[in-house]
Amino acid sequence: MNLFTKIFSTPKVLVGVEKILDTNDVSIVGKEIEKKVKKLFNGSLAIRVVTAGSTNACEQELVALGNSFYDVERFGVHVVASPRHADMLIVTGPVSRNMIQGLVHTYEAMPEPKIVVAVGDDAISGGVFKGSYAVMDGANNVVPVNYQIPGDPPSPMTILKSLLSILTDMDVKKSQNK
Amino acid sequence: MINFLFTSFGLLSSLGLFVVGAVSALLFNKHDKLSNWLGNLSAIFGSLFALIFSGNILISKVPQTVVLISNSQLFNTTLRVDLLSAFFIFVVSLLGLLCSIYGLSYVKHYYSKYNLGVLGFFYNLFIASMILVVSASNMLSFLIVWEIMSLASYFLVIYEHRDEENIKAGFLYFIMTHIGTAFIILSFLLLYRETSSLDFEIIKNNLTNSSSLIQSIIFISALVGFGTKAGIIPFHIWLPKAHPAAPSHVSALMSGVMIKTGIYMLVRIAFDVLPTTPLWWGVLVLVAGAVSSLLGVLYALSEHDFKRLLAYHSIENIGIILLGMGSSLIFLSLGMKSLAVLGLLAALYHTINHAVFKALLFLGAGAVISKTHTRNIEDYGGLIKYMPRTAFFFLIGSMAISALPPFNGFASEWLTFQSMFGGVASLGSLTKLLFILAIGALAFTSGLAVMCFVKVFGATFLARPRSSHVKEASEVSILMQFSMAALSLIALTLGLLAGWLSNIFSGIAISLRNLNNFVPDISSTIQSINLNGTAAMSMPTVFVLMIVVTAVIGILIYIVSGKQKVTHNITWDCGTNLTPRMEITATGFSRSVITIFKGILRPTQQTGVEYRDANLRYFPKSSSIHFELKDIYSIFFYKPVQELFLRVSEKTKKIQSGNINFYIMYIFLVLIGLLLIFVM
Amino acid sequence: MISIFAWIIQILLIPVFSPLFVGVTRKIKAKFQNRQGASIFQPYRDLWKLFHKDEVVSHDASWIFRFSPYIILALTVMVGGSIPLISLATKNNLLGDFLVLIYILAVGTFFLALSGMDTGGGFGGFGSSREMTVAALTEGGLICSLLTLVIASHTTNLFGMVNFGLGLPLQYLPAILLAFFSFCISLLAETARFPFDNPATHLELTMIHEAMILEHSGKGLAMMEWAAANKFLIFLSLAANLFFPFGIAVNLSLSSLLVATVVLVVKILLLCFGVAILESFTAKFRFFRLPDLLFTSFVISAIAIGLIF
Repeated sequence: MNLFTKIFSTPKVLVGVEKILDTNDVSIVGKEIEKKVKKLFNGSLAIRVVTAGSTNACEQELVALGNSFYDVERFGVHVVASPRHADMLIVTGPVSRNMIQGLVHTYEAMPEPKIVVAVGDDAISGGVFKGSYAVMDGANNVVPVNYQIPGDPPSPMTILKSLLSILTDMDVKKSQNK
Repeated sequence: MINFLFTSFGLLSSLGLFVVGAVSALLFNKHDKLSNWLGNLSAIFGSLFALIFSGNILISKVPQTVVLISNSQLFNTTLRVDLLSAFFIFVVSLLGLLCSIYGLSYVKHYYSKYNLGVLGFFYNLFIASMILVVSASNMLSFLIVWEIMSLASYFLVIYEHRDEENIKAGFLYFIMTHIGTAFIILSFLLLYRETSSLDFEIIKNNLTNSSSLIQSIIFISALVGFGTKAGIIPFHIWLPKAHPAAPSHVSALMSGVMIKTGIYMLVRIAFDVLPTTPLWWGVLVLVAGAVSSLLGVLYALSEHDFKRLLAYHSIENIGIILLGMGSSLIFLSLGMKSLAVLGLLAALYHTINHAVFKALLFLGAGAVISKTHTRNIEDYGGLIKYMPRTAFFFLIGSMAISALPPFNGFASEWLTFQSMFGGVASLGSLTKLLFILAIGALAFTSGLAVMCFVKVFGATFLARPRSSHVKEASEVSILMQFSMAALSLIALTLGLLAGWLSNIFSGIAISLRNLNNFVPDISSTIQSINLNGTAAMSMPTVFVLMIVVTAVIGILIYIVSGKQKVTHNITWDCGTNLTPRMEITATGFSRSVITIFKGILRPTQQTGVEYRDANLRYFPKSSSIHFELKDIYSIFFYKPVQELFLRVSEKTKKIQSGNINFYIMYIFLVLIGLLLIFVM
Repeated sequence: MISIFAWIIQILLIPVFSPLFVGVTRKIKAKFQNRQGASIFQPYRDLWKLFHKDEVVSHDASWIFRFSPYIILALTVMVGGSIPLISLATKNNLLGDFLVLIYILAVGTFFLALSGMDTGGGFGGFGSSREMTVAALTEGGLICSLLTLVIASHTTNLFGMVNFGLGLPLQYLPAILLAFFSFCISLLAETARFPFDNPATHLELTMIHEAMILEHSGKGLAMMEWAAANKFLIFLSLAANLFFPFGIAVNLSLSSLLVATVVLVVKILLLCFGVAILESFTAKFRFFRLPDLLFTSFVISAIAIGLIF
C-alpha cells in the first residue's frame, strides 16, 4: 500500500532549490544569450549530450542529475533522443579528432535558438589531455560555445546550479579566458 | 447525336469502331505513328460510345437487346444488356477510354522495336471481346467471345516477345485460362443437358426441376472456371506472372476489368441462373474470399517487382469482392434478402472501385517504369522530386486501395464490413464464428494493405535515390498525366457519391432474379448512406471536414508561429557520412511481417561467401544473401495434384508395354466384350 | 445557438486537455520512481516552446514531410470532436460511425509512416516499418472489440452504443469486460505505450513512434507530439465512455454536464493510473512477441462476441 500512497507525497530526500543556488558559480564564454531566449527555455529545456572523447566522468555526473536526489526533471529539463528536438547541446570531453564531424553535424542539426554548454575542464580547455595530437583542446575550437561549467568532473550540484542560472535571470560573471 | 447513342446503335457503333481500329492498325503496321494513332483513337471513341450507351441504361433502368448478326437457335448473337451487363460494360469502357488515352503516349517507346499494328489489332479486339463477354445472351456465343478475349490477352501478354520471361508467363496464362475454360464448358454442358437450350433467358426459367447435385456441380465448376479467370487462390498462379509481362496500359485493363468478367459470370450464375442456393455455396465463396485476400496481401508485401506487387493486390481485392458476394449468398440461402442485397451491393461497388484505383496504380507504375527502365522497387527512391505529379496521383491511388477515407476504397469496404456485421448479429453460432473470422480477415487485410502501400510509395518516391536509374527520370507526357488525373478525380468522386451510387447498385442487385424486386433497408441520399437504424456514413462530410479542419489548423498555427524560420540541412545521420544505404529498403520494410507470418510464407534464406583465398578462408571478398518465399498453394495444392497425375500416369503407362502379343490380346478382349454387349 | 456553443466546446475539449493527461501519466510514473517529476502542466510548456523555435528540414524531404503534421493534427481534432465525451446531445449520424473514426485515424498513421520514410534516415525507415506492422495487426483486435458493443447494441454509431450502455445491460457484462480488455490492448498499441513502445526512450532498439518523429523540429514536432497526446486522450475517453458509460449527460443541462465532466475526469484518471502502473512495473516486450499479444486481443474479442446471444 505504501507503494501507492507515495504517489501523493514528495520524497523527503529531494534537494531544495535554495540549497542549489547557494553553490559555485558558472561563467559565460562567447555570445551572451538574449533575455527572450532565456524566457523561452525557462520552463522547458531539451538537452542533447555529446561525449566527444570524454572519460565518462562527466557523463556519470550528468546521469546523476536524473535521480531522485537532484531530480532535474522538476525544472522542466529533460534529455532528448535527437538534436532536432534539442535546445541545448552539452559537450563533454576534449573533442578527439574522430568526433569532430559528429559534433559539428550535431550542432548544425539543431534548430535555432540553441545554447552550447561545455561541461568539465576537458571540454573547456582540453583538461589533462591538453596539447595531445589526438584532441582539439576544448569544444570552443569546434563549435561556438556559450557557457562553461568548470570541474573535473563538476558535481551534479554545480551542473544543476549552472543550468538554473543559465535559464533564469541571475548575475553571471563574464569569464576572462575566451 | 447523343440520343442516337442511347439506342442499340450506340453499342453497335462502338463495336464497329473497335473492329475498324483493329483492322486499320494491322493494315498500316509499317508506319508506327499512324497505326498507334489509328488503333488508340478508335479505341477511345469506341469506349466513349459504349460508355454513353451503358450509362444511359444504368440511369434509365431500361434493359436493351441488341441483335448483332442473327437470331437463330444455334448461332444466336444477340446481346442482352440488362442492368448488370450495362454496369460491367460501363466499367470496361471507362477503363478502356482512359487507358487508351494513356496508351497514345505510352506506346511511343515501342516505336521501331515491336510491331505497333499487332498491338493495336489485339488491343481493340481485347476491349471489344470484353464488352461482348459481359453481354452475351447465348452460351455458345459466350464461349466464342470468351476464347477471343483469352487469345487476345495472351498475345498482348507476350507482346514484348524478346524477353524469355514474358513467353513463359504467356504460356502459363494460356494453359491456366484453358483449364478454366474447360470447367466453364463442363458447367455449360450440364446447363444445356438440364434445359436443352443455349439461351440464358430460357435456362433461367427452366431449372426448377433439376436435382441439387447437378446444380452443385454446375456451381462448383463455374466457380473453378471463372475463378481461374478472376484469380481466386489457388487458381491464381498465372496472374502474378502475366500481368507484369504485358504493356502497362494493357496490365491496367487486364487487372481492372478482365478479371472482373469472371466475377460477372459468377454473379450471373449464382444470382440469376441457378434458382436455389444452399448454404455451403456461400460458405465456400466466403472462405475463398478470406483466403484470397489474406494470402494476396501477404505475398504482395514480400514482392519487390513493381507490377507483380500490384497483381497480388488484384488477388487481394478479388478476395474482398468475394467476401461481399459470399455473405450475400449465405443470406440469400437463409432468406434474409435485405442483407443479401447489401452484400451484393458492396461486391459490385468494390468491383468498380478496384477497377478505377488499380488502373490508376498500374498507369502510375507504367509511367515510373517507362522513365527509369527498371521494375525493381529497390532501384527507385526520391522520384517525387523528378516526377511530382505522377507521385501525387500515385499517392491518391495508394490511399484509395488502402481503403482510407475520403476515397472510394473506403466506401465499398465500409459496406462490406456492414454486410458482415449483419451476419454476425443475426445468425446461429457456427455461421457467426465464420463471419467473425471473415471480419478479422478483412480487418487484417486492410491493415496489411496500408502497410504495403506505405512501403511502395515510400520506397519509390520518397527519400534519396537508391540507384543511378533514377537520375534519368523526368515527368511523363501530358496525355499520360491526364489519364492518371482523370482516374484520381473519378476515385474521389466515386467515394463522395457513395450514397447515390449505393442506390444505383441496389437497383442493379434487385434486378437479378433471385433478389427480384426486393426493396432493401437502405435509404441513401447524396449526402449519406443510411442502413435503416443500424449504421450511417457520410463521405462528403468527412471530406469537407478534413479540408476545413486542416485549413483552420494551418491558419491557427501560422498565427502562433509564423515568424519562425525554416532552414534546410542534411538528414540527421548520427554524425557520420550520409549514404544512400542508410535508407530503409523495401525488403527490409516488410521483413518483420514475413518473419511474423513465417508459418504461412515459409521464407528461406541462403548466404554465400566468397573468400580471397579459398584454402585459408580468413578474409571474405564478398558475401551474398538470397531471400525467397515458398508458395504455400504450390506446396499444398499443385504439388499433390502433380504427384497424383504422375503416379496415375506411371500406372497407366504399363498398358503400352511394347510387346505385340499384349496388343493382340487387347484387340481380342475388346472384340469379345463388344460381342457380349451386342448379343446380350 | 446552444448547440453550436456545445459543438465548439466539444471540438476544443480533446486538443486543450490532452497534454494535461499526458503530464499526469508522467507524474505518476515519476512518483513511482521515487522522484518528484515535472509538473502536470509541463507538456503545455514544451509545446509552447516548440512553437517558438525554428525548424530544420532535410534536403531530402518533400512536401509530405512538411504537411503531414498539419494533416495528422487536424485528423485527431476531427475525431475528437465526433466521439461521445460529456454529453449525448452532440451526437451525429454523419461522423459517429466507429469504422469511419478508426479509418480516419488510419489516414493519420499512413501519413505519419510516410513522413518517417521521407527523410531517408535510418531511424524513420525502421520506425515506419515497425509502426505499420503493429498498426496492421491491431486493426483486427480493435474492430472486433468494438464489434462486441455493435452486436449488443444493434448500431454502429458510437453514441448509440453509449445510449445502450446507459441502460445497464448486466446480462452482457462478461462480454463487455472481455471486450474492454481486448480494447485496452489495442489502446496500448495504437497510442504507443508499454508494452508496445516506450514513449520516453533514446535507444533505437526500443523506438517505434519516437523514431518516426525524430527528424521533426519546431512547430512540426509540436504538432506531432500534440497529435499523439490527442490520440491518447481519444482512446482513453473511448475506453471510459463506451464500456462504462454511466454518468454521461443525456442533454445539455448545466448540472448534468458538470456531473458528466467530473465522472469522465475520474474515469480517465483511473485509466491513466493503470497505464502508468503498467509502464512502471512491466518491461517493453520484444518486438516479435507483440503479434502474439495482438492476435490474443482478436481472439478475446471473438470469444466476447460469442458470449452475446
